[in-house]
Amino acid sequence: MSEVNTSDFNLADLARMNQDEAARQMSICNACRYCEGLCAVFPAMELRRAFAGEDVDYLSNLCHNCGACYDACQYAPPHEFGVNVPQAMADLRENSYQRYVWPAAFAGLFQRNAFWIGLTAVVFVAAFITGVIGWHAAGAMFATYTGDGAFYRLIPHGVLVAIFGALLGYAVLAMALSVRRFWRASHSGEALEPGSIGQAIHDTATLRYLHGGGPGCTGVSGRPSDHRRWCHHATAYGFLLCLASTSLATVCHYLGYEAPYAIWHPVVILGVAGGLGLIAGPIGLLTGRPASARSRNRSADIGLVFIVMLLATSASGLAVLVLRATPAMGLALTIHLGIVAALFISLPYGKFVHGLHRVAALVRHAHEQRAAARH
Amino acid sequence: MDNNKAGYDVLVAGGGNAALCAAITAARAGASVLVVERAPASYRGGNTRHTRNMRVAHGAGNEILTGPYPVDEFWEDLLRVTNGNTDRELARMTLEKSAELWDFLYDQGVRYQPSLGGTLSLGRTNAFFLGGGKTLLNALYRTAERLGAVVRYDTTVVDLTMENGRFESATVEHGGTRETIHAKAFVAASGGFEANIEWLTEAWGPAAANFLIRGTPYNRGELLRLLLDKGVAQVGDATQGHAVAIDGRAPKFDGGIVTRLDCVPFGVVLNANGQRFYDEGEDFWPKRYAIWGRLVAAQPEQVGHVFIDSKSIKLFMPSVFAPEQADTIEELAQKVGLDPAAVRASIDEFNAACQVGHFDHTAYDECHTEGIDPPKSHWARPIDTPPYYAYTLRCGITFTYLGVKVDRTARMQMADGAPADNLYAAGEIMAGNVLGQGYLAGIGMTIGSVFGRLAGEGAATHV
Repeated sequence: MSEVNTSDFNLADLARMNQDEAARQMSICNACRYCEGLCAVFPAMELRRAFAGEDVDYLSNLCHNCGACYDACQYAPPHEFGVNVPQAMADLRENSYQRYVWPAAFAGLFQRNAFWIGLTAVVFVAAFITGVIGWHAAGAMFATYTGDGAFYRLIPHGVLVAIFGALLGYAVLAMALSVRRFWRASHSGEALEPGSIGQAIHDTATLRYLHGGGPGCTGVSGRPSDHRRWCHHATAYGFLLCLASTSLATVCHYLGYEAPYAIWHPVVILGVAGGLGLIAGPIGLLTGRPASARSRNRSADIGLVFIVMLLATSASGLAVLVLRATPAMGLALTIHLGIVAALFISLPYGKFVHGLHRVAALVRHAHEQRAAARH
Repeated sequence: MDNNKAGYDVLVAGGGNAALCAAITAARAGASVLVVERAPASYRGGNTRHTRNMRVAHGAGNEILTGPYPVDEFWEDLLRVTNGNTDRELARMTLEKSAELWDFLYDQGVRYQPSLGGTLSLGRTNAFFLGGGKTLLNALYRTAERLGAVVRYDTTVVDLTMENGRFESATVEHGGTRETIHAKAFVAASGGFEANIEWLTEAWGPAAANFLIRGTPYNRGELLRLLLDKGVAQVGDATQGHAVAIDGRAPKFDGGIVTRLDCVPFGVVLNANGQRFYDEGEDFWPKRYAIWGRLVAAQPEQVGHVFIDSKSIKLFMPSVFAPEQADTIEELAQKVGLDPAAVRASIDEFNAACQVGHFDHTAYDECHTEGIDPPKSHWARPIDTPPYYAYTLRCGITFTYLGVKVDRTARMQMADGAPADNLYAAGEIMAGNVLGQGYLAGIGMTIGSVFGRLAGEGAATHV
């Protein structure tokens, strides 16, 4: 990863271009305001008369790319004003992930996201396979393991905790620092009320703004539907259920109950429910992607890369469940662990950060709106 | 259709709110419907794409409308703005039927939102469409097509075959080829002629060259002309329409809502000679914006220049184009091409006439002038705090009133006084029946939906 050379692209110029375009469009929208009821972007816009770089960065992270404002727009291309807010916001938003990333030298990972994350996955899968074979000798890989602690006879629990703890710890740290940079760039530093945070959590948890103001996203079909919203729910909650399953498994382990668990065990139930969500959700998101995202350069399409990684994670995890009593378990497990490791380490450098930036933007939005209502 | 090759029960010319209300109503009544829209799909919908609300009578407020708006109040508002220049029977019926439109449009997939920022004054009387007029159109098109109506874009009616007030067929043109379409009834809902500069020039003289067209470039009024030539009765006067004063830098066509300027009540408006010509503070802007288009059109070069100072710059909706700005009145006058001495004199005279009082832009305040003509009745404060700002105003035509005469069923009337047989009209092409002059925000859409539904109902009876 040290080969990333930030001089390959000029992030600052690109940022300015994207910010200027978003600001140009916002000054048209602010004189129109027809889309005020569609989402949070337009009410936030109305609190401003001019749009500095930090302002449009913030607005771009409020945008959920539901597409309703594009379909509503009397100034959409081919009109000479050329207003396409979802596109302008998406361009700027993805650019903002790079500018606020920690460490800054890794901004380039967003540029050829498919390559870097794919490479990371290959490296980790290879490392796990090599590690297992190197540790046990080749035959161990294709042996059949049953009973308590079967997985850990292949890779000791402590090793797994150390590896994944370190990867996740790094990812959490990197994301926290990146969101903090984003937050500080635009927030004045006023104290936040619990109500603002509660509102933002509610709006995030319900995907309030992936809704077209009520009728739904228009996405690809041009027909409002809640398809993307439900698929996003399945994906996000599937992800959380998987995380809960893994956390519970760790707790169980230290209480003396070792994996694999019986099919009725909460760890398995949470994992299966989450895994199914993480299969159905991403597949649905792949089929319902907004037109603007489809036309992009695929290797830089961080949304696509993340969806594929999630699918690979859930599919390989379910494969472990299905194959756990067969000689294929070893291979399935090492592949799954390699993918999960790549997913963890790449969280700060891909689409996952949209969730964190968006929560931060929604907190700020709730804060601003409450302040404006008091005024 | 079986006895009529390439034929439909109902042919609708136009693709806006009125046309789609007619198409949906006729299709729901069981008719086969063809809609011919002369614009390409991306520009479909005529002026409806630029609208955002519809004025509807209602007995009580609801979760969005902030209070009741009885038919009688609507009626008084209409009489006031038109100076009584309306067909009272049709107008009264329109307002009564407007009470059904909220539910009717909701059933076609249209959704509403509270009145938009900067339009609080309309929150009680007008139903705002979620996402604006284009979102309304998208819903109406989806519904019409789901009901089986066929829509052809880039397709213009170029000729009509009519006999004794009876429609036989229409010739339509698409991509240079012509085709004859037979139908049992015809609905003309193709808008006015505001984008037809030659026609505007006939009415206004050379001044028309300085007008901007706020809406669609496709409203050229050719079908209206055809109908009048074929003996349909005319209503209205070619110089009447809805015109507002808009930013002079707006594009010639299709600038829409963002070109409006709400700053007039906060400053003074000077003509090309650097002189004031009308009371800028006569009333709240939402009650006066509709007269300023004509006021500016009547001035030399059809232009006006609003001068404000930094006290007022944040009191109105942001403009799409930044204002001219300068630290002295003279420099600003130069920037907008006016004689600095004349402007200085006008501003000095105005400033000296301003009476000291409590300024409140949300009420009829006591800030007024004394001893100048024209006066400024409210919100008059000396223009004395740099930087100074100026916007150039031009007349932006939104829509025209000259149209075809209709009856209570939206059926066209012939010039000889007899009703047409199977020809109906809805929307801007017949708005002049209700609007002889003046304008009331959102009533164009009301007329479109009321008469669109009537036309669809009437047309379906010929099946």
